[in-house]
Amino acid sequence: MTNDLRLVEAIRQALADELARDDSVLVYGEDVGVNGGVFRATRDLYDEFPEQVYDTPLAEAAILGLGVGLGAYGLTPVAEIQFASFAFQGFHQLHQHASRMRSRTRGALSVPMTVRMPYGGGIRALELHSESYEAGYAHVPGVKTVVPANPADAKGLLTSAIRDPDPVVFLEPTKRYRASREAVPEGEHTVPLGEAEVVREGSDVTVVAWGAMLAETREAVDDGDADAEVIDLRTVSPLDSETILESVRKTGRCVVVHEAPRTGGLAAEIIARINDDALYHLEAPVERVTGYDVPFPMFAREEAYRPDAERIRRGIERALSA
Amino acid sequence: MVRERVAEFSVEYVQALDEEGNADEAELPDVSDEQLLELYRLMRLSRRVDERAVALQRRGELGTYAPGIGQEAAQVGSATALKPEGWMVPSFREGAAFLTRGTPIHRLLWYSMGMEEGAEVSGANFPPSIPVGSQSLHAAGVGWGQEITGADEATLTYFGDGATSQGDVAEAMNVAGVLDAHCVFFCQNNQWAISVPRSGQSRAETLAQKAIAAGIEGVQVDGNDVLGVLAVTRDALESAREGDPVLIEAQTYRRSMHTTSDDPRAYRTEEEEAEWEARDPIARFETYLRDEGLLDDEREESIGEEIEELVADEIDRAKEGQEQVVPAEMFDYVFAEAPPELRRQKEEFERTGDDEPASAEGGLPGETEAGGGEVADRDE
Ligand SMILES: Cc1ncc(C[n+]2csc(CCOP(=O)(O)OP(=O)(O)O)c2C)c(N)n1
Repeated sequence: MTNDLRLVEAIRQALADELARDDSVLVYGEDVGVNGGVFRATRDLYDEFPEQVYDTPLAEAAILGLGVGLGAYGLTPVAEIQFASFAFQGFHQLHQHASRMRSRTRGALSVPMTVRMPYGGGIRALELHSESYEAGYAHVPGVKTVVPANPADAKGLLTSAIRDPDPVVFLEPTKRYRASREAVPEGEHTVPLGEAEVVREGSDVTVVAWGAMLAETREAVDDGDADAEVIDLRTVSPLDSETILESVRKTGRCVVVHEAPRTGGLAAEIIARINDDALYHLEAPVERVTGYDVPFPMFAREEAYRPDAERIRRGIERALSA
Repeated sequence: MVRERVAEFSVEYVQALDEEGNADEAELPDVSDEQLLELYRLMRLSRRVDERAVALQRRGELGTYAPGIGQEAAQVGSATALKPEGWMVPSFREGAAFLTRGTPIHRLLWYSMGMEEGAEVSGANFPPSIPVGSQSLHAAGVGWGQEITGADEATLTYFGDGATSQGDVAEAMNVAGVLDAHCVFFCQNNQWAISVPRSGQSRAETLAQKAIAAGIEGVQVDGNDVLGVLAVTRDALESAREGDPVLIEAQTYRRSMHTTSDDPRAYRTEEEEAEWEARDPIARFETYLRDEGLLDDEREESIGEEIEELVADEIDRAKEGQEQVVPAEMFDYVFAEAPPELRRQKEEFERTGDDEPASAEGGLPGETEAGGGEVADRDE
């Protein structure tokens, strides 16, 4: 059985199901209670699960630090950071405590925390509400970083994240929250963390994307000339190299797409892995289509900044013409 | 065994003009008739800009907007106390304070049109700070600089009740105290941080008492009383210029929505709104001015007309500027001198033809499927 849901509704369903399944699950953060979250992802949960859903003061360091304590104590914290950019206000808790509690204590303590954060541009949000920082989290060992691109995965990946015994940063593409309704399995639905998915098969070129960029990528390949294979990375850390390498060995060409700035972005890591393990299968240098190395502009210029289907198409052409 | 009281603290509350507009002569600041009328004009202007901005946002002509309706006295009164050469470090809801400091209306609108041009500050002003509370540390930095250089100036920084939960705000007050920074921390306690009430931020009886832990002075003022706010802020700035920072908690109310993406019906009652409507800062001050013989119907009307005209002109000017936006300028201000890779990215951007002025793409950007801003649409 499936239901047609928007991505934000699929997230709400995963939260509701996990809250009902396990008393130890706690959903908390700024405005997640009475208000149901500024994006309505936690709508009604406060009424349905009054013992498990909490509004907190406006304090990200507290939200993330509380999660370390709650998690080590044996509960299952599912925190919301209102916008991903404000996770920086508590980044030290994630980086210095959540990520290394297990290794620091040789497994005596761990932090099974999930941190949900809306991320990315394209919704005319205020300044500092649109950044994509997935590469930064991927650079923190001990933290898993997940980015769903569609409603079914949003439900399945979030369920897996909540059940995962380690800290998971769960980045939700705001641009996709209400973009479309798609079939989502009812009841128990999990998608394993750390596994990419080939969402379109093709033989000319491999295009790797995640989160909000997947929709732009699909648009680019659906009316392009090339027979492109499209991979939805889904988890950016740990990175599923095998699915990418297998595809690149087949197509011989690759384009990596991300919204984040180019320098130090995840494309760089993906290209390095291809160089390590599939270099001799390449028929052209790997291309990347990314944001620019500028602060994410305010919305009058955001469309110029964000990669769109046209830029992705040009990236594919470059990969094919080399 | 010893058990004795080692310290005692208290917090004062100040009001110069009560809710009926009656003045307490002892608390009134020294203000000329002309200045009184200017305070009034600025409050009305700010209210009008906010009303027009909300309407423009509803038509898709502005992005998310944070109105300061109900907080005019807190902002106009405090910003008036700050001399032009004193620095202002605002939060994101300080339209009225910016107007008081002479920032043109079209610039405020540009900011809400998603244009960096709107944050191009002039004078001793910082741009708006979207991350809650973090700007308070910049104020401590400016204020410390003023102490180091022996400047006879001080810095006024704004934040909300919600911001007082942030570590940065506690750190700012603490370092300002230790370093004798010339700082006044102005907390607009408008009772709500989006949906979380004041009681959801702190169990402390007052927010002003957060100063005590930092060893600086804390005081409460009726934030809807423009004269009380002016008086208290003047005193605080004088103290700050001597290296003694102060925290002011202005008791006010956010009468409008948190931002245009928010619907306060989800979390607050109409009774509460009505209660605060009766304490509106502009109405109270109007009564006072009439009693003083400074305002009559005719005068009031002419001020209103003047404001209407000014705001209309400035909206036109903002829209004209919006049509001139050059996307490629996003590369221009990242560094004083662009490094080679950034120059290369800009060239590529220009070569591929994306660098058209906004008007060439059809003028005003429309609403997005995601609903925009902080919140999403509720009706699905
Ligand atoms: C660090 C940070 N966390 C969260 C947000 C999202 N946010 C914007 S305004 C706001 C509430 C602010 O409340 P308060 O400080 O009382 O100021 P007010 O908006 O009431 O003027 C929140 C949670 C943000 N901008 N920055």
